[in-house]
Amino acid sequence: MTPPVLSCRNLRKVYAGQVVLDGLDLDVDEHEVVALIGASGSGKSTLLRCVNLLEEPDDGTVHLDGEHITAPGIDPDLVRRRIGIVFQAYNLFPHLRVLDNITLAPVRVHRRPRAEAEAQARELLARVGLAERADSYPDRLSGGQQQRVAIVRALVNSPRLLLLDEVTSALDPELVGEVLTMIRSLKAEGMTMVLATHEMGFAREVADRVCFLDGGRVLEQGPPEQVLGEPTQPRTRRFLRRIIEAGRL
Amino acid sequence: MRSTDHPLSPVALERAAYRKRQTVRSVLVAAASTGVLGTLLVVTVTGAPGWDRVRQSFLDLRIARAALPEIVTGLWLNLRLLVFCAVGALAVGLVVALLRTLRGPVFFPLRTLAAGYTYTFRGLPLIIVLYVFTLGVPGLRLQGMPSVLVLGAAALVLTYGGYLAEVFRAGIESVHPSQLAAARSLGLTHRQTMRYVVLPQAVRRVTPPMLNDVVALQKDVGLVSLAGPIDAVRAAQIATAETFNYTPYIVAGVLFVLLAVPLIAVTDWVTLRAARRQAAR
Repeated sequence: MTPPVLSCRNLRKVYAGQVVLDGLDLDVDEHEVVALIGASGSGKSTLLRCVNLLEEPDDGTVHLDGEHITAPGIDPDLVRRRIGIVFQAYNLFPHLRVLDNITLAPVRVHRRPRAEAEAQARELLARVGLAERADSYPDRLSGGQQQRVAIVRALVNSPRLLLLDEVTSALDPELVGEVLTMIRSLKAEGMTMVLATHEMGFAREVADRVCFLDGGRVLEQGPPEQVLGEPTQPRTRRFLRRIIEAGRL
Repeated sequence: MRSTDHPLSPVALERAAYRKRQTVRSVLVAAASTGVLGTLLVVTVTGAPGWDRVRQSFLDLRIARAALPEIVTGLWLNLRLLVFCAVGALAVGLVVALLRTLRGPVFFPLRTLAAGYTYTFRGLPLIIVLYVFTLGVPGLRLQGMPSVLVLGAAALVLTYGGYLAEVFRAGIESVHPSQLAAARSLGLTHRQTMRYVVLPQAVRRVTPPMLNDVVALQKDVGLVSLAGPIDAVRAAQIATAETFNYTPYIVAGVLFVLLAVPLIAVTDWVTLRAARRQAAR
């Protein structure tokens, strides 16, 4: 049996005396889309940053395709090449054109010929309707366009696993749709994804499994209908009630 | 953009007329106040009891013309020194700033050395560095000792390199951590992140203060004359000593300002452009 793409065991992370991850376990299988939900500070972003080795967990292990990537002496640069991450605030490079944002890693990290990388980048941009923005600088683009570029920038490296950290939270409501459409088509292509989100409707639609994080652990998980529809844990119910009151479900 | 065929309402027309009246008024007020201040200055200076003496000893055209060739020869030295020292100090500053960002225990000595360098040379008065380099170092009587001019330039490069290192470091640190996270998450190494993501943004941001230091350097390169070489100010001093007239200093001063104008104009332009870019965000 093949190991899961991602396997976190007993992850623990403490920031300035505050426990953010408290023995968290999570497995993600190939082609699976897992949505992480939970209140702010429940550890969603920290979990994603630990998986991508942007943060070093205080305890526990992360395995990627069965390889122990939190082992001492592992080269984090080599691991990160296999994982894509998209941030809430896009984090595009403001001094580079859209095209150069996308081709930076393929050319410099993966040593691919520039012409080939640019051709692929233009093709991907065209597929998400941004072909004519290739030569613009990021500050000329709307938030939704910037976030789509950021997703393309992560995808162009053909990652094994894509992490999406509240990618629609900074967007105006009318721009959320274009980003969600893009994630939907990624799912259709079979991309393995872990997404932290506040968009419950979207989590229900796109996720194979929803994990409710609370106090630095996965408190409840299962198919979206079950976790979002008939949660068994009182804390999950309370969280979802607040979300409904805020009109986000 | 307002289309030209759109008929303006009476209110809009009234506003436009009001704006025009205000503009005319401001121009008139500015002209009047400038005229008053200028007249006042001229009357005060030329009406002063010692004006005739001052004019003779500072603004003698004949002496200015006589001293000009020597001063221009000196200025040529300033100019060459400026170019050499500016390039050198920028390179030293950039390298030292980068050394200070290195992590890992291997680099501890380099990091410490870089930090010690910026502390020392920003604290040391330039004149003392110049004396040590141009008078002290030749005293070692080593083989292949470079000329006093080269030693003086080295002193200037080291002193200004210290200032510029801090300017660059401020720029490097001003790049938001999320940019580093984005770069590293794509698999870029620390070095690649610096080269392709951090430095291009940092240098753009600190160009105005960087050019400001170059303008300051332009005036300080002349201090090598303390060790013998004759720059524009030193040439003026010699001419003054020959004629007991201070006009050559004024000539040198005017030439320095003329030399600085293009550099200052470039600095202003770059600053303005940076401000516009910020505003466009």
